Amino acid sequence: MSLIPLEHGIALAGLLFAIGLVGVMTRRNIVFVLMSLEIMLNSAGLAFVVAGAHHASAEGQVMFLMILTLAAAEVAVGLGLIIQLYRRFKTTDIEVLSALKG
Amino acid sequence: MSESLGLLPALPLLGFLILALSGGKLPKTVVALVGAGSIGLAFLVALNLALPIIADDSLIVRETLYTWMAVGSFEAQFGLTLDGLSTVMILVITGVGFLIHLYSTGFMADDPSYSRFFAIMNLFVASMLILVLADNLLLLYLGWEGVGLCSYLLIGFWYVDPKNGYAARKAFVTTRVGDTSMALGLLLLFTQLGSLDIQELMQAAVANWSVGSGLAIAATLLLLGGAVGKSAQLPLQTWLPDAMAGPTPISALIHAATMVTAGVYLVARTHVLFELAPSVQLLVACIGLATLLLAGFTAMTQHDIKRILAYSTISQIGYMFLGLGVGAWSASVFHLMTHAFFKALLFLAAGTVILSLHHEHDIFKMGGKRRQLPIAFASFLIGSLALAAFPFTSGYFSKDEILLAALEFETYGTWLWLGGVIGAVLTGFYSFRLVFVVFFGGSNGHHDAREVTGFSMAAPLFVLMLLALVGGFLTQPTAAVFGAHGQAGEHTVSAALHAVMIAAPLLGMLASYLVYGIGLIAPDTILRSGVARGLHTFWFSGWGFDWVYQRVFVAPFLWLARLNKHDIFDSVVSLLVRLTETANELLARSQTGSLRWYVLSVVGGMVVVLLATDLGGLL
Repeated sequence: MSLIPLEHGIALAGLLFAIGLVGVMTRRNIVFVLMSLEIMLNSAGLAFVVAGAHHASAEGQVMFLMILTLAAAEVAVGLGLIIQLYRRFKTTDIEVLSALKG
Repeated sequence: MSESLGLLPALPLLGFLILALSGGKLPKTVVALVGAGSIGLAFLVALNLALPIIADDSLIVRETLYTWMAVGSFEAQFGLTLDGLSTVMILVITGVGFLIHLYSTGFMADDPSYSRFFAIMNLFVASMLILVLADNLLLLYLGWEGVGLCSYLLIGFWYVDPKNGYAARKAFVTTRVGDTSMALGLLLLFTQLGSLDIQELMQAAVANWSVGSGLAIAATLLLLGGAVGKSAQLPLQTWLPDAMAGPTPISALIHAATMVTAGVYLVARTHVLFELAPSVQLLVACIGLATLLLAGFTAMTQHDIKRILAYSTISQIGYMFLGLGVGAWSASVFHLMTHAFFKALLFLAAGTVILSLHHEHDIFKMGGKRRQLPIAFASFLIGSLALAAFPFTSGYFSKDEILLAALEFETYGTWLWLGGVIGAVLTGFYSFRLVFVVFFGGSNGHHDAREVTGFSMAAPLFVLMLLALVGGFLTQPTAAVFGAHGQAGEHTVSAALHAVMIAAPLLGMLASYLVYGIGLIAPDTILRSGVARGLHTFWFSGWGFDWVYQRVFVAPFLWLARLNKHDIFDSVVSLLVRLTETANELLARSQTGSLRWYVLSVVGGMVVVLLATDLGGLL
């Protein structure tokens, strides 16, 4: 099994993180915002796994498992919120949901 | 027996609470019953308490209800003391007070604020009783301020007219000047002698201060300031004529019979202190003399029936101060009592005249009313005779005592006496001017007016007529309080001087008969000369005191208030407030409510931090 170079893994993780971030910043549909957040979380998980393999340590995979759990919990709460928001305001556009302004 | 001492102020206070808490929802008969009944009951209690003391005037009843306050070494009791002096006062307050309450049930019958009127009247009587029964000066001060408050509320009783509110404020602020002086006097006495209990205070003063010592002079001067304010003496007399804006029974009760004589009571109560300061005592006599002359001259020129009586009240209290000043304590209190009878009578009769003539106050629009208003005429005749000290009416005995004591006074006695006699001529003139103008001659208006009468309004007049006539024969149990010194003994005055004293008011009456009775010398003829007209205008304005005070005190104060309208000192604080508000507005603008904007700023912040740390690492 040929090792994938560390730089490649980190670059992919960085790319995924940037894709997710841009999605969060530019998407107006709240479902897509949530999905972009998931991509960002997974990019962080990927970076941990790659770094763990590079250092021959299991801790990277342990951290990934934790991120996975965290993401699952986050999705559960996030989707619940989205459903409530949609029921109440009949929209998924986050620009419309701006009642909390100063 | 001693338990009922606390009952005395408690009864009117209870009446006040019932009337005040019912919020004007009780029917008028119940209000009248509670309002006048509580004072009637208080009079019976007072009579019951007074009888043993009248029999033996050295008897003193004491009752401490509870400790009012205790701070450090200072302790004030809610303690009441009844001695000979207080006995005279409680009988006058509850007795005359009851008659005036009874009269008010008729006089105020058509007033929408019937219940409020009696509530404040009852509170007034309760405060006044606390004032005269207090065994320490702090409690006395409580009653003192209480009557001041009620006076304010009742002068401004018809508050819809702003003029009445102004008169009420004027009375309140002017008396406050005196009250502040009195409060300073109390503080001085407490810091110097360590007590405010009247008995202890008097003993400590005699033990620690020599006659004429500076502290005694300062303390008595400060107390005198309070007395002068409350009793409308020079130079704080200007509030009383304006206080006539209140309903007429108020003028009778507060501004003639009881509250305005509180100053006389205060000086009589602390007479031991005043004896330690002979120079202040002489000042008391001079203030009294100046006031009685000044008010007498003013009363001769007034047109308003109530203002004439108001100036006459100031003048008569001037006599009381003259009596206090020459050490005739007992005679002054005697004059206080007889004055309460005949001045209450005059004011109540004036109330009948005013009510019968549809709220007419100008005496020159009345005229010839003796047939239309027979009861008021009889009241005025008897009241004026007593006021002018016609022989053997009540006013004669008391004024006689004061003038004789003045004559025997060692310093300037003759001059004080002479001033008092001139004042008596004036009294005779202005009191009968009122009688002749209102009740004799041709009718000048209100030709078909009928006298408003009825039991509640007529009965008090008849009782007061009787008291004004024979009140001089009542003895008062004040001998033990004032000691032998202040007691009126046998006077050794030549018959000629005594004849002058009797003749003085008769001379005044004769003069007013010639001018206003038969019109031998028409007032217009006198006023044709420039000097007389100038004097008339000067006296009519109350010797220009209002004019001077308006310019010296009121105008600069208003100017200062206008200058500082926007509160210069507050602007420092409001600057801080405005700065915070501006910062808040700026920051609030960043809270757009747009989620993407927040993300962008978080990322932006992150980038800045990363760049900064990286740059730090590179450098």
